[in-house]
Amino acid sequence: MKALLGWIDDRFPLTQMWNEQWGKYYAPKNLNNWYYFGSLSLFVLVLQILTGIFLTMNYKPAAAEAFGSVEYIMRDVEWGWLIRYLHSTGASAFFVVVYLHMFRAMLYGSYRKPRELLWIFGMVIYLVLMGEAFFGYLLPWGNMSYWGAQVIVSLFGTLPVIGSGLVEWIRGDFYISDITLNRFFALHVIALPLVLIFLVVAHLLALHEVGSNNPDGIEVKKNKGPDGHPLDSIPSHPYYSVKDLMGLASFLVLFCGVVFFAPAFGGLFLEAPNFEPANPMQTPPHIAPVWYFTPFYAMLRAVPAFFGTQIWGVLVMGAAIVLLFFLPWLDRAPVKSIRYRGPLYKVGLALFVVCFVTLGYCGLKPAVEPFKTLSVVGTIYYFAFFLLMPWYTRIDSHKPEPQRVKYHAH
Amino acid sequence: MSEHVDKGRRQLLTAATALTGAVGAAFAAAPFLASWKPSARAKALGAPVEVDISKLEVGAMLKVEWRGKPVYIVHRSQEMVAQLPGMDDRLADPGSEASDQPDYAQNQTRSIRPEYLVVLGVCTHLGCAPMGRFTSGDAELGADWPGGFYCPCHGSKFDLAGRVFKGVPAPTNMAIPPYAFADDNHVLVGQDKSRAA
Repeated sequence: MKALLGWIDDRFPLTQMWNEQWGKYYAPKNLNNWYYFGSLSLFVLVLQILTGIFLTMNYKPAAAEAFGSVEYIMRDVEWGWLIRYLHSTGASAFFVVVYLHMFRAMLYGSYRKPRELLWIFGMVIYLVLMGEAFFGYLLPWGNMSYWGAQVIVSLFGTLPVIGSGLVEWIRGDFYISDITLNRFFALHVIALPLVLIFLVVAHLLALHEVGSNNPDGIEVKKNKGPDGHPLDSIPSHPYYSVKDLMGLASFLVLFCGVVFFAPAFGGLFLEAPNFEPANPMQTPPHIAPVWYFTPFYAMLRAVPAFFGTQIWGVLVMGAAIVLLFFLPWLDRAPVKSIRYRGPLYKVGLALFVVCFVTLGYCGLKPAVEPFKTLSVVGTIYYFAFFLLMPWYTRIDSHKPEPQRVKYHAH
Repeated sequence: MSEHVDKGRRQLLTAATALTGAVGAAFAAAPFLASWKPSARAKALGAPVEVDISKLEVGAMLKVEWRGKPVYIVHRSQEMVAQLPGMDDRLADPGSEASDQPDYAQNQTRSIRPEYLVVLGVCTHLGCAPMGRFTSGDAELGADWPGGFYCPCHGSKFDLAGRVFKGVPAPTNMAIPPYAFADDNHVLVGQDKSRAA
């Protein structure tokens, strides 16, 4: 075995790569439960790719056959229902773990210097993931798939001058048709997954280059031991291998609970109108995107049309995501972690969570009161939280950071 | 061979080669980008549709499909046509100046013949299909509802000529497709009279 490994290592840096990226990658010893969501995101990505490959073996990307082939997978293919439910639940689970992963970064200031590029890679992953989810959602060719795609593609039509031509170019037809379905399939199963894998590799390389942040938000590299490794760090293997497996086990309990007992999750993960085939002539009585897009959808609807165009809502929605890219530079606090921050940021972040969830809820509901007003208030707070951040993080009080990470051995 | 290297010349040649390569790459990308445009088959399938309206009763609506979009043909009653001029102050664009319609339909009734409304059943907000709610004082839409179209997605409202009300998400009136009367009982959706002749 050792001889074989030596033979490979002389020709390919296998041991070196393992040690650099995981085996001898030293991470702070105080990483808490919030640090599960990175490895869980990676797990869900692998799960989506594997289940996706098996779904394509029976799925037909044509308007006449798509809906039927999904029903065929559900009823006639052996274990097809399991593969499909793993994939559909996996899509929602992906966003759950990614949102929690991003929130962890906001809690402990993980996006701050020197991890700005790491955060930006993560944000690009999030953007590509939204595209991947959107393209994938059309594929079952249910009526909600159809009208969801109709609404989102129309957003590009609000651009002045090029809008209508651009929409025609995206659809490849005068409406969402077989042609559109076919190309969304190509993007969903080949183009975006390749981009996603490349970005995840870049995200991990960047992480292992700068080193992990930790709940105290202090740089462990400042205190190195005689062996050259930070005193407060431990090698990822076996310590974090074992910890992440524990997290994975807990995650799988919840995940399988949904897959086996509530795959539609009360209409949140699989929406009722999507159990009927796409019908270009009949809009579902109420259109809402899947839950992970609804906070931004609520912002889109919160902005009224004026000057004869409704591009403003689209701009606001786009800006809501673009703002996140600038988070490393908006935050001017002298400390990173929430543990040492003052009340302004603590209250601000808590309200931000409330605001994001509220927007998400409003986005699921019809555009009537009180959801209209709530959406407007939520949108204003969302932007205020980020745009005022350079100001309130500077005047906020803060506690002194410790020299070494806080850690109690079990 | 001289030891001297002309760095300026080398830089110029490198830049020129890179630029030529970039232009080549752009040309090579063009076919791939153009392949996303509607294909010849998609364009052919977008041809005009002839609709028989002889059996359409007064107050009823017919939906036909043209280019995958619903086209509504409404046989308006005299009362329906009569209320249209009185709507102006409740509408965002009563004269249809900012809206999309052929010249021959830019009038009070937005039609060639006042009794027939031919309109694209696509909300100008985000492309949902508005529903016909022709009874005035509809239970859901309130006592002051004059009858018209209601979009279930984001609550946009339009009158019986597809004109948008004030204070709703849709910015413009529902679009009127090009159409013509082939004879008294047939409408050609997707083709102007000028081109039909």
